[in-house]
Amino acid sequence: MPAIPQKIIHEYLRHDKKFPHVWCAGCSNGIVLGSIIRAIAGMNLDRNDIVMVSGIGCSSRMPVYVDFNTLHTLHGRAIAFATGVKLHKPHLKVIVVTGDGDCAAIGGNHLIHAARRNIDLTVIMLNNNIYGMTGGQVSPTTPHEAYATTAPYGNIEPDFDVCKLAMGAGATYVARTTAFHTQETQNMVKEAIEHPGFALIEVICACPVIYGRLNKKGGAPEMMKEMRDNSIPLAAVDKLPPEKVQGKIIRGVLHKDIRPEYCAQYAELMKKAQAQGGSK
Amino acid sequence: MKYPYEIRLSGSGGQGLILAGIILARAAVLENHHVTQTQSYGPESRGGYSYADVIISNEDIYFPEAVSFDCLLALNQESCDKYLFDLRENGILIVDTTFVKNIALVVENTYEVPFTEIAIEKLGSPIPTNIMALAFLVQVTGIVKLASLQQAIEESVKPAFIDLNLRAMKLGIDLAKNYEK
Amino acid sequence: MSNSETINPNTTMNNESKTSSTTKVEELQNLKGRKTVLMQGNEAVAYGALDAGCNFFAGYPITPSTEIAEILAAELPKRGGVFIQMEDELGSICAVIGASLAGAKALTATSGPGFSLMQEGIGFARSAETPCVVVDVQRVGPSTGMPTSCAQGDIQQSRWGTHGDSPAIVLYPDSVKESYELTIRAINLSEKYRTCVILLLDEVLGHMREAVRLPDLSNVRVISRVKPTVPPHWYKHYENNEKYPIPLASFGEGYRFHVTGLTHDSLGFPTNKPNEAAEMMARLKKKITYNIRDLVQIESFQMDDAKIAVFAAGITARSAKAAVVMARKEGIPAGLLRPLTIWPFPDDAVRKMLRDVDIVIVPELNQGQLIREIERLVKDRSDSKLIKIQRVDSKLIPPQDILQKIKEVI
Repeated sequence: MPAIPQKIIHEYLRHDKKFPHVWCAGCSNGIVLGSIIRAIAGMNLDRNDIVMVSGIGCSSRMPVYVDFNTLHTLHGRAIAFATGVKLHKPHLKVIVVTGDGDCAAIGGNHLIHAARRNIDLTVIMLNNNIYGMTGGQVSPTTPHEAYATTAPYGNIEPDFDVCKLAMGAGATYVARTTAFHTQETQNMVKEAIEHPGFALIEVICACPVIYGRLNKKGGAPEMMKEMRDNSIPLAAVDKLPPEKVQGKIIRGVLHKDIRPEYCAQYAELMKKAQAQGGSK
Repeated sequence: MKYPYEIRLSGSGGQGLILAGIILARAAVLENHHVTQTQSYGPESRGGYSYADVIISNEDIYFPEAVSFDCLLALNQESCDKYLFDLRENGILIVDTTFVKNIALVVENTYEVPFTEIAIEKLGSPIPTNIMALAFLVQVTGIVKLASLQQAIEESVKPAFIDLNLRAMKLGIDLAKNYEK
Repeated sequence: MSNSETINPNTTMNNESKTSSTTKVEELQNLKGRKTVLMQGNEAVAYGALDAGCNFFAGYPITPSTEIAEILAAELPKRGGVFIQMEDELGSICAVIGASLAGAKALTATSGPGFSLMQEGIGFARSAETPCVVVDVQRVGPSTGMPTSCAQGDIQQSRWGTHGDSPAIVLYPDSVKESYELTIRAINLSEKYRTCVILLLDEVLGHMREAVRLPDLSNVRVISRVKPTVPPHWYKHYENNEKYPIPLASFGEGYRFHVTGLTHDSLGFPTNKPNEAAEMMARLKKKITYNIRDLVQIESFQMDDAKIAVFAAGITARSAKAAVVMARKEGIPAGLLRPLTIWPFPDDAVRKMLRDVDIVIVPELNQGQLIREIERLVKDRSDSKLIKIQRVDSKLIPPQDILQKIKEVI
């Protein structure tokens, strides 16, 4: 008999950690955490070999709850910390959990360079379109004309397509989904961890308490419905008329290819340096 | 030899003065001297100002920069103008007359040689001017043995350039031996 | 801090060991031959790092520290270590901390502007008690300043540069040989005390070459962090323990611990409880103040009968020493007190100096960063016997200037 999903999650949560968690009722972060845990549980990985690294923000509080090696770092720097961990111990599975502000604003430089290096990290960006932890400031993924506490007249900036950014920078696995699509998220996380290179998954999340309230999106159920109704799978894009695609969230594996991974290349470099011996 | 012996090798960026300073310091180390080698240079890899100081002593050297030079090598006009006044009494001045046209003070021990011109003419390139001038300096001052200088050159330049630099060294020594005031 | 608080560091350490003769180590030994060679300060730092077992470097190019990165880029891969040039200094310090948590002996090197960018990471390493070393080869500031010129403007930044309240360990060599020795010491102390140790160098020293003979590796004392031996469910990596060090596991060894820059409890979990916050802050402080004797190193030169003392660090101490030698030749009872550890500040040694001498001259390449600490220790401010010599125009203070001041005040 297959394990009950709730029990699986319980197994992977820390029992010595003082719950409750910091997330608001209706927040998508817990749902995504569930998908991540189910993906890992299905992979037969030794949890001693898993390192979860995060930066600062609501989603970045995730590592503290899970029973892996966990590292909650500085705002924007999760990928840089993760690079250090991975390079010193390449056999570890290093998963970065980050938010839109953490990853695409203050941490944008680390994102693009890690993607360029194609270092084997799995970056899961939970995009709630706002800075939730600090109370609702505009983020690089806040849609044009949406409201935030620091965009009280509407956001005049265009939003960032972080997936395109990662692809342009050289990421070899790029996917997008929403918190509503839990099974899809779970599959993508599994695929991304197995992918030998830099992987980015953007998970569109609902922040009903901050973003939803500022933008009159209704509560959590309404926002979940919007994710369901306002997103289309990549496979369907070609079959639909352009007006049905316009403004929709495209879900799916947007890009996947194989090119030399950084740690593997570094291992080759070490062999070369050692073969050359004592002199430069 | 009077110790500490303070040498400044000066000119512009790209003339190889810091390398010359390293080679001289390395030669002094081979002879178990105490030595410090410091440098000052602008942001330019080519052009701008550049100098290397070498202090050679038989005891600990505390202050590492040359203050009162026993020997000054000036490969361009600006450095000659700027540092000449810090040459100590009876100090030795060596200038490259390819670029140094005026010497602001009368210095008793002055050696005027068109190092760069000679390098281009005899070695086909201005690049080994630094080694030629350094060898000249070593021959004139006797601060290190020529064998140490040669070994330091061999240890300091890329293998492909050892031959050229040793020819430059030989040329510098001959120039000093045959120098007529 | 009273002596009764001092615990003998030797009784708390159980993991000191001589370097074993591994292939990597022999390679280095052969490479340098361990004979007297001409070596640059930055080179000495790089070889010191290798001799201390550094196996991870992440950095970003910046004058005048770049040679350290260049040498380690060539040497680390030969020894199975990692070199990575990061996208900026923010990433460099973070990669270093990440690697350290995975078990590496990690180091980075930078200069003023990069040092400023690393400050947040340095605070993280202190809070999360993660061993690492930052080398700051100081150049003229503020801002971009004069990249190839010398200043001692980061003395206070190395202590207070990161936000919040946390004690620092900062070492400051004055010669190429000492740059090698203090790099090893910096790595050893970082491992022993589980913190970020800073090595300050002066631009002139970073680029200066001197004759150096590195010690035989069998004489190099290398300290590595203590690893836990308890079962994972007993492991508390931030346990309040008067006896340092607290063992530190590495990621991937079965301990599955949590690390955060948030104020945390003994298990590393975030806390808002005042008592737990107070415990953490006390631990960070005590591990320095209880071990002052182990941490502070000073050189006392001609101080026994000195009536005039010069207090100087780094490259300026060499000017001072030359001045003291000249003064002694003229029969003036001058001496030099030189801190090799500038943080924690050698309060006791400075108090003794203030008691013993009539005048203290403090030359430094800034506008009063060292003298400020001595002023703090002067009891009667109306009777100040402190004389400053400060220079911030990129040139060193010549020994003659210090000698002249000695003669003026005698």
